[in-house]
Amino acid sequence: MGAPHPLLEVRGLARHFDVSERSLRGLFGGQRKFLRAVDGVDFAIGRGTTFGLVGESGCGKSTIAKCVVGLYAPAPRSIRFDGLDVAEQVGPAAKRLKRRIQMVYQDPYSSLNPRWRVRDIIAEPIRVHRLLPEGAPLRQRVADLLHCVGLGEGDGAKFPHEFSGGQRQRIAIARALSSDPEFIVCDEPTSALDVSVQAQILNLMIDLQRQFGLTYLFISHNLAAVAAVSDAVGVMYLGRLVERGPARAVLGQPGHPYTSMLLEAVPDVDGGSRERRAIDGELPNPISPPSGCAFHPRCPHANERCRREQPELLTSAGGTDVACHAIAEGRLSADMLTASRSAATTGTERGWERS
Amino acid sequence: MMATVIIVLAAVFAPWLAPHTPFDADSVNLGDAFTPPVWAAEGMRTYILGTDGQGRDMLSALMFGSRTSLLVGLAVVLISATTGVALGLSCAYFGGLLDSFIMRAADVQLTFPSILIALLVDGLTRAALPREMHDAMALYVVIASLSLANWVQYARIVRGAAMVELRKDYVEAAHVTGASARAIMFGHVLPNVVSPVLVIGTLGLALAMINEATLSYLGVGMPITQPSLGTLIRNGNDFLFSGEWWIAIFPGALLVVMVLAINLLGDWARRVLNPRLR
Amino acid sequence: MALLELRRVRVEFPNRWGTLVALDDVSLELAPGEILGVVGESGAGKSMTGAAVMQLLPPPARIAAGEILLEGRRIDDLPAAAMDKIRGRKIGAIFQDPLTSLNPLFTIGDQIEETIRTHLPVGAAEARERALNLLREVGIPAPAQRLSAYPHELSGGMRQRVVIALALCAEPSVIIADEPTTALDVSIQAQVIVLLKRLCRQHGTAVLLITHDMGIIAETADRVAVMYAGRVIEIGPVDGVVRRPCHPYTKGLMAAIPRLHRSEQRLEQIPGAMPSLADIPPGCAFHPRCGIAVENCSRKVPSLHGRGLHRHACALTAEAT
Repeated sequence: MGAPHPLLEVRGLARHFDVSERSLRGLFGGQRKFLRAVDGVDFAIGRGTTFGLVGESGCGKSTIAKCVVGLYAPAPRSIRFDGLDVAEQVGPAAKRLKRRIQMVYQDPYSSLNPRWRVRDIIAEPIRVHRLLPEGAPLRQRVADLLHCVGLGEGDGAKFPHEFSGGQRQRIAIARALSSDPEFIVCDEPTSALDVSVQAQILNLMIDLQRQFGLTYLFISHNLAAVAAVSDAVGVMYLGRLVERGPARAVLGQPGHPYTSMLLEAVPDVDGGSRERRAIDGELPNPISPPSGCAFHPRCPHANERCRREQPELLTSAGGTDVACHAIAEGRLSADMLTASRSAATTGTERGWERS
Repeated sequence: MMATVIIVLAAVFAPWLAPHTPFDADSVNLGDAFTPPVWAAEGMRTYILGTDGQGRDMLSALMFGSRTSLLVGLAVVLISATTGVALGLSCAYFGGLLDSFIMRAADVQLTFPSILIALLVDGLTRAALPREMHDAMALYVVIASLSLANWVQYARIVRGAAMVELRKDYVEAAHVTGASARAIMFGHVLPNVVSPVLVIGTLGLALAMINEATLSYLGVGMPITQPSLGTLIRNGNDFLFSGEWWIAIFPGALLVVMVLAINLLGDWARRVLNPRLR
Repeated sequence: MALLELRRVRVEFPNRWGTLVALDDVSLELAPGEILGVVGESGAGKSMTGAAVMQLLPPPARIAAGEILLEGRRIDDLPAAAMDKIRGRKIGAIFQDPLTSLNPLFTIGDQIEETIRTHLPVGAAEARERALNLLREVGIPAPAQRLSAYPHELSGGMRQRVVIALALCAEPSVIIADEPTTALDVSIQAQVIVLLKRLCRQHGTAVLLITHDMGIIAETADRVAVMYAGRVIEIGPVDGVVRRPCHPYTKGLMAAIPRLHRSEQRLEQIPGAMPSLADIPPGCAFHPRCGIAVENCSRKVPSLHGRGLHRHACALTAEAT
């Protein structure tokens, strides 16, 4: 992330949904309720790098994806793409921007139109932006894209239902590449795939990034997959970033209690039969989030300040940016978090003792 | 049953094969009136199914009549389906006030039987048109009134199906790519919602034909100079109990057979299209 | 004696063009109190195995050969009424989606109490008491209030706990858990797995844990069976199979799993995809994707062999071990 300016810059991005009661009672001064799906998020992604966004359901990562690709109109100055304020781009400029940003979806079964042939699916962005004339140039480009993702030229004439989940995801990637974009948002692209196919797709994405100099926003709840592809990682909880930094640091030496506990909770193939400690409590309802730091009801280090005040994202001694009062005040350090994690595992690491 | 469908439809498409032209006033021989079908006592070879009260050949009349019935039915289905689909897609895409307004209009219209609406429209146009034009315009009036009465079912089906499709990822992907609203509605959503329309359309054809027959039977549909099966039935109604049964029974039977055949076609269409819908 | 035993079970699906084989010569044994993991990718037949045991195969699938024994007695040929008594009482079930596993129209209490009273000769008051205890055991706070709650009023994790309670309420000796945590968030998954493990140890219930997640198996199961295209291709103690896999597919699978703390960028991948039921290759089903396959692999279906408890089905590597 040391390029002249980052390709994507997000500052104070917020997205609230009005979920007030729609009824006559609501008309006459009923309570207005807002779902703060994204509540002030900052991050930047350098050209040619991958930023992983992790979190559980309701944390807002999919909403961020939709904001970045332009499905929701952003507030002024909240999203900058290649130095341009996305909110200011209208008309033809907005369309030009859409050419440069594409998206790959989670479900390979619903992200391709079942009535279209594969070659038309892939060619759609080219046709929408009129990048190539119909005929031989277009056909050649589609054939090249199919080769790029590991499919054959003959596959263009088939329909999506003739392909497996992994192959469909390859088609979706080919479609995303067809307008020659610079930035691709990947919303859980491998979550619906089997493990061995997931490996193929992740490798494909890494190869394509190297080949075309792509920049990725990689969203997933699978921490290991994110670790495999990301250069930097952001951890989200209930609409806010709780930790942000280089992937190795965040996932190897987490600085925030939630990140630490999330890593602890992930079933690890190498972990053996450890007596793991699960995080207590449930994910709170995003419509009525806890006061102060959203994580405080589940955090063993919470104090009075945590209940009152929302922490800011600050650079911590551990090297990552962390939003936690305990860390900022020095009550808690990354080392302590690591120690409490390994205490749970060392007891059973030798000899695979059963609990 | 497929054979029935084919035979009936084929028969209708070749009315040019009809042995006589019963509605060309010169070729009708009044003296041949009330001839019974060929297998009855006084039947004549030239008039296989007999003649009506004016000497018109029944077989030819049936052919022309069924052609008119089918023509009206097809036109009604085409117009009401196109209107209904367009309105349904718009409601699904734009939502909001447009959606509420059109759907409430549809709800209101559904509280009236379609025949009543058709009669209303028909009556109004007749009142508006000068008498001489009634017969000439009858075809258009009938088609228009039946179409107006029948668009609702298409609109609702398409609106529901379109709302489901609009939530799917491939539509979102098209938005992200920058496709226009029109491209999305007609290129992406329409092909995926059109199958139920085809099924309703075939059944709607049968229904339109019956409705038109009703209108004609009541005297406000097609005139005798350009009759449909309904008109023929009306024509033969007067003679039903005085012995000349064939004038009413044949058109009635043919109408039943055609409607049945079209219903079977609709069933078959539904069975064929459904497994392909994922 | 094994508590649950599958002997050379074959499940077939007749269809328009012939017969599809969903399970082929599957043999498994579950000892009392043991957690046996059945792992595989989609289409491998793991859910079909669980369904076959419970006689819940979707028609027209049927058990074409082999036997399934519970406590030494055959259950695959029981009539429906007898099987109903066994389901719930001897064999409990936990399915993937807690939302559809619970009847939305009845309260939690009603459902648990009804299940208890169907299988155990207790009165209404005692059933209620047992239900309360169960809810407490599965860690649901304020159980007395929850008894009169409806499923949609609970969160996903809570619902899955209720499902576990339901599975345990008639005190079965075996539980079939089919992807019990797949639909849950990571932090909730951990809670549910910990709970399942603890309860089963406490009650001495054996578990057939069906999942695609090797990580959960590694942490929870005692033994694991790896399935591919309807066959068991490797089976053994979990640390053996996970740490020292023998079958080329298992090796490939373990290498393909992304790890949190791995240094290389690229993952190892297995080329191709699991064959569909209609296209199972002759001989060893994995040979088209296998790096070490030879001519003979396409001719003969390898059987499970190996020393001791860890066995696998590969003609080539069997001699090497």
